Amino acid sequence: MAKIIVVTSGKGGVGKTTSSAAIGTGLALNGHKTVIIDFDVGLRNLDLIMGCERRVVYDFVNVINGEASLSQALIKDKRTKNLSILPASQTRDKDALSQEGVQKVLNDLSKTHDYIVCDSPAGIERGAQMALYFADVAIVVTNPEVSSVRDSDRILGILQSKSRRAEQGMEPIEEHLLLTRYHPGRVEQGEMLGVADVEDILAIPLLGVIPESEAVLKASNQGTPVILDTESEAGLAYDDAVHRLLGEERPLRFLEVPKKGFFKRLLGG
Amino acid sequence: MGIFDYFKSKNEPSSASVAKERLQIIVAHERGKRQQPDYLPQMQKEIIEVIRKYVNIGSDDVQIQLENIEDCSVLELNVTLPD
Repeated sequence: MAKIIVVTSGKGGVGKTTSSAAIGTGLALNGHKTVIIDFDVGLRNLDLIMGCERRVVYDFVNVINGEASLSQALIKDKRTKNLSILPASQTRDKDALSQEGVQKVLNDLSKTHDYIVCDSPAGIERGAQMALYFADVAIVVTNPEVSSVRDSDRILGILQSKSRRAEQGMEPIEEHLLLTRYHPGRVEQGEMLGVADVEDILAIPLLGVIPESEAVLKASNQGTPVILDTESEAGLAYDDAVHRLLGEERPLRFLEVPKKGFFKRLLGG
Repeated sequence: MGIFDYFKSKNEPSSASVAKERLQIIVAHERGKRQQPDYLPQMQKEIIEVIRKYVNIGSDDVQIQLENIEDCSVLELNVTLPD
């Protein structure tokens, strides 16, 4: 039985796909057979972030409709062993993801994988609800910014009431906070919510803090998950988060502003 | 922070603390609403209709709230009657 992880946020543009790609890759690097599923029907993008956009033949909806088998639709990652991607469909039919269809695909994948990472679309519509419905674990991606924090809280409410685990009175979904686009300098200046502030408001355990980093855009330009950039702070912070997800204890890093020299401090900037 | 920044006024609270305060209020409010049972809006509508049989009130003049304090649920009904 695979563990089903949903990467969700409510708000768009906070880093769900970047995080799904990084965490899925990280789990595979640690020897776990992993598949990342793009649930964003109509706005497929995980393939681009993973750099396999030209290898998409069949997609998630094709499998649900019986037009292709799972093995035909799954794209094996070329860089990382144990990793495959199930791309979203570009159809404009919003109801393409039926609950029974999604359940069947997840059940089949579950037999052959250790982790299924569901990359949720933004919003709280059908696609987002389907992505989280069967989840065992939720990673709530949040930016230290008011609208993102509020939307995250909304998503937590949905996880606690509209998921399968909630509806069937099972053990609740394990919730984790992943704070992304964090800017220690602005936090220090009082211009940005800090880790403790967001933890206070959302009251769920912290999985990791990903600092704002140029490496993220660079990685997406190149179609490489940022976790493979082991020179970058963002890549290392994702690596820490994956190890925490696997139950290891790792101290938080990159939360401090790098110390400046005397002259720079004197003159500001 | 350079020496030039020391000449700026420093009395207003940081924008991050304003953000936190606003978030705490709105999130608490929205959580309270989420925990309400599904029948509450319908019940509120019907209570308004009953009161309207006797007194002319607007739909905003009845506030209804369910609070859970330990094992006890308190249904609070607040009706503003016209002068």
